[in-house]
Amino acid sequence: MIVLEHLTKKFDKFTSVDNLSLHIHKGEFFGLLGPNGAGKTTTIRMLMTLARPTSGRIIIDGQDMTRNAPALKAEIGLVPQHINLDNELTPRENLDLHGRLFGIPTKERRERIEELLHFVELEGRADEIVRKFSGGMKRRVLIARALMHRPHILLLDEPTIGLDPMTRRKIWELVRKLNTNGQTVLLTTHYLEEAEALCNRVGLMNKGRLVELGTPEELKIRTGPFVVEIDKGGERRGHFFPTREAGLAFMQQLHHEGHTDPVSLRATHLEDVFIHITEAPPSAIGSLQATREEKQKS
Amino acid sequence: MSKATTLSLWNGVQTILWQEYLLFERRFWRNMASTMVTPLLYLIAFGFGLGRGIRFEGTSYLEFVIPGIVALTTMNGSFNAVATPVNIARMYDKTFEEYLTAPISMLAITSGRILAGALRGLFSGTMMLVLTLLFGVHLKITPLFFLMLFLNCLLFAGFGFWAALTIQSHSDVTKFNSFVINPMSFLCGTFFSLQSIPGPLALFLKILPLTHTTTGLRAIASGQGVPWWNLTALAFFASLFFLLSLRACYQVED
Repeated sequence: MIVLEHLTKKFDKFTSVDNLSLHIHKGEFFGLLGPNGAGKTTTIRMLMTLARPTSGRIIIDGQDMTRNAPALKAEIGLVPQHINLDNELTPRENLDLHGRLFGIPTKERRERIEELLHFVELEGRADEIVRKFSGGMKRRVLIARALMHRPHILLLDEPTIGLDPMTRRKIWELVRKLNTNGQTVLLTTHYLEEAEALCNRVGLMNKGRLVELGTPEELKIRTGPFVVEIDKGGERRGHFFPTREAGLAFMQQLHHEGHTDPVSLRATHLEDVFIHITEAPPSAIGSLQATREEKQKS
Repeated sequence: MSKATTLSLWNGVQTILWQEYLLFERRFWRNMASTMVTPLLYLIAFGFGLGRGIRFEGTSYLEFVIPGIVALTTMNGSFNAVATPVNIARMYDKTFEEYLTAPISMLAITSGRILAGALRGLFSGTMMLVLTLLFGVHLKITPLFFLMLFLNCLLFAGFGFWAALTIQSHSDVTKFNSFVINPMSFLCGTFFSLQSIPGPLALFLKILPLTHTTTGLRAIASGQGVPWWNLTALAFFASLFFLLSLRACYQVED
């Protein structure tokens, strides 16, 4: 469906995306995770031809993605990180504009606009100028807009950034409904609970490279499904264990050795994996990548 | 070009024109006021203020200066209808990405935006002409006069689009205005005849696009026949900026 082959993007001397190869399958809900500056947005922008790869290829449905590829663009819906609605227009007009750009006939366009305004619960405010809307409402218009042309592939770049927990959950609900209709979704986020709630499979990026790939469960198992956290002098460190028993044994050992720092044991979250990997020294990331590549080969 | 590509080109251009028209309507008075104020001041100061009594190149100065003012109005109108909004759409609002990610060709984006800008410029120019007619100035306004004006509009809308896509910060739009558009407003035979300018400088000024518009419009308005040379030069500049714009549209990246 979406194939990235050795994708690299350099800005002057800085490498934003470094030899990224990835295969996203049809109908998958894929999460691209990573800290700020990991190269997630650049990857999405390259997918949408807004940024040009320095090297490597992007293949969608077996065709090379280029800036002048209208047929491929018609298959993709984009919810960008930056709210890029026309502020002077109303939600209805923004959706109308999008529908026209995608060549949807008038009657169908009108029906689709009503349907989507209802879907994102903005019927009541469809004719107010977008400028006055709150961040969450603008996000909802963005999502509705991306869906206007019924894309098979949906790219969501940090769709819930800066939103309150209620609105965030509302948007998760919307997005989850889409994937159940069989759309392929690529989501970037640095909210790990978001990835855990939504994605079948995640890829972890750090400094432009893909350092982990798998289902959230696989990633947790690989790192250690249980974590013992030690609070020492205001700093919290996690130690990962394959079983609860191993974690308990470690805690007892600490106790016997006379450590008095507060300790706790719990199940590993995706966030722990993320922090474990992104905080690891570069050599460790290199070796992780190497193991992953070996696994892929075998 | 296949039938499908032609259809999608038309669809893209039409959509951009529709959007621009919506905004034009919504900001009508604001736009109108800001685009008309400068040319009106010129008209009052140079035209009615000192022009009524002065004879110049065989006509009244007022009749001499009006084609110049109309030319600079359309230049400013078209350039600014494209350069500023497109630059903001590209660098700040990111609304330009809505075009780039839509299934319309770069040719459609370029043609649509330039055409929309040119129509805005033509509108300002027409308003200006209507005003001067109300003041009882006699000029021969023929279809050819409008064709020339429209070429001028296309040219500067193209220049604006190219500038908007290639500059790296919004303050550079102001630089284009200060160092390119404003000097042309004054020097390209708009307020005075280039015959009074020393040789080499006059030669340079005669190459500039706006000079072709002012001399061409003046020739048409005073019934001196078809200014083929000026028309050709304008068509050349308009095509040049169109092609530069199209290339910029393929290359732009933020």
